[in-house]
Amino acid sequence: MQQLIYFFRKFKYFLFFLLLQCIALILIFNNLNFHKSKYVTSANAVSSSLYHQAFNISEYFSLKNVNNELLLENTYLRNRLRQKQKTTTLSDSTFVDTLKYFQKYTFSSAKIINNNFTKAFNFLTLNKGRNDSLDKEMAVVNGKGIIGITETVSPNYTRVQSVLNKNSKLNARLRNSRYFGSLKWDGRDYKILQLTDIPRQALVKIGDTVETDGKSTIFPEGILIGKVVGINNDAAVDNVIDVKLFNDMSNIGPVYVIKNLHKYEIKQIENIANE
Amino acid sequence: MSKTIYFALLFLFIVLLQVLVLNNVLFLGYVNPYLYIIFLFLFPLKKDRFRFLFIAFLLGLSIDVFSDSGGIHAFSTLTIAYFRLFFVKVFFSKYEVDYPFFDLSLEPFGKKFNYVATLTLIHHFILFSFANFSFNNFSQVLLNTLYSSIFTLVLYFPVVYIFSKKQ
Repeated sequence: MQQLIYFFRKFKYFLFFLLLQCIALILIFNNLNFHKSKYVTSANAVSSSLYHQAFNISEYFSLKNVNNELLLENTYLRNRLRQKQKTTTLSDSTFVDTLKYFQKYTFSSAKIINNNFTKAFNFLTLNKGRNDSLDKEMAVVNGKGIIGITETVSPNYTRVQSVLNKNSKLNARLRNSRYFGSLKWDGRDYKILQLTDIPRQALVKIGDTVETDGKSTIFPEGILIGKVVGINNDAAVDNVIDVKLFNDMSNIGPVYVIKNLHKYEIKQIENIANE
Repeated sequence: MSKTIYFALLFLFIVLLQVLVLNNVLFLGYVNPYLYIIFLFLFPLKKDRFRFLFIAFLLGLSIDVFSDSGGIHAFSTLTIAYFRLFFVKVFFSKYEVDYPFFDLSLEPFGKKFNYVATLTLIHHFILFSFANFSFNNFSQVLLNTLYSSIFTLVLYFPVVYIFSKKQ
């Protein structure tokens, strides 16, 4: 017994050090797992409100760029709207109220108050949260392409797992041939993502557009991702294709969060099929 | 101003400086200084180390909360906090009786540089290894460690000159 007390007294600092080190390790491993981290994230009350204050100031410096971006997007959408009207007036079919009945996705706007892109596991923070009916596993995009998936939600803020995260895995396809694979990131260059598991018979050329595939319940079909910049012709199993993002992840302004209204229904029916 | 309040304010200031300014430097696209570890060098040496270890852990954890990195800053900061006394013994040959009189700013520059550079390199190496979390980009980890350490050290000496002025 005396030996034991002597041992504790001799190594008390080391034991305290080990205890704190274990807590840190637990936090690290929790952070690497999807959806586990709760408190040590930038979506908690203290850090997010501080980031919000800082963002209120720094927002002004990028106003010009953001306005330009929004103008371009508005022009694009207005053009699309005109095309749509033309086709609907030409066809002599009865109008159904498509606004409510067949709507599958709703968009809501948000702003990024904290952005990371230099690490291997990157996250963003949005200035909206559960009070604005955001939830986990919703798609985050902007006019140019995809950004990430929401992960942890607090009442007023949301943490987003960026596409620049080694855990991120998205369903993507080639626009012209519709072969699909999964999009990952190897943690090296923040402009280049890797599209893997595309079948060998698919003809891929440099410059081909890559977009989201509608097969997951998170992203709608046909949202832009990037273009093909590199094809590995060696005999690797996973057939890696380098994709350059349309988005510049180091400079993102306002974003849209997409909610899939059918998600619950789809998940339910998929779970039944599995059992 | 009493010592405790001074270090509490210094703690807050260093966390804010790191989170709001230094994390956004991104020199050449990715090199960041991690200057918050100067707190560990400025904190006085004491025989009772529980408080120091706990403060070091809190410092790392507060940086982690803001940079969404789980606990990697807490882990690496705690490691150098634990080994600080060992390196004080190695570089300055100071023992427990010397702790109350020890003042880093009065030590010769060569010894001071060795001490600070060693702890900074250890800290950054652990930090980037955990941030990468695989053996794949190991050369990238080493390069990051080197560049960031140089950046931190270049900033360290002017900044510490400002803080070590007697109030």
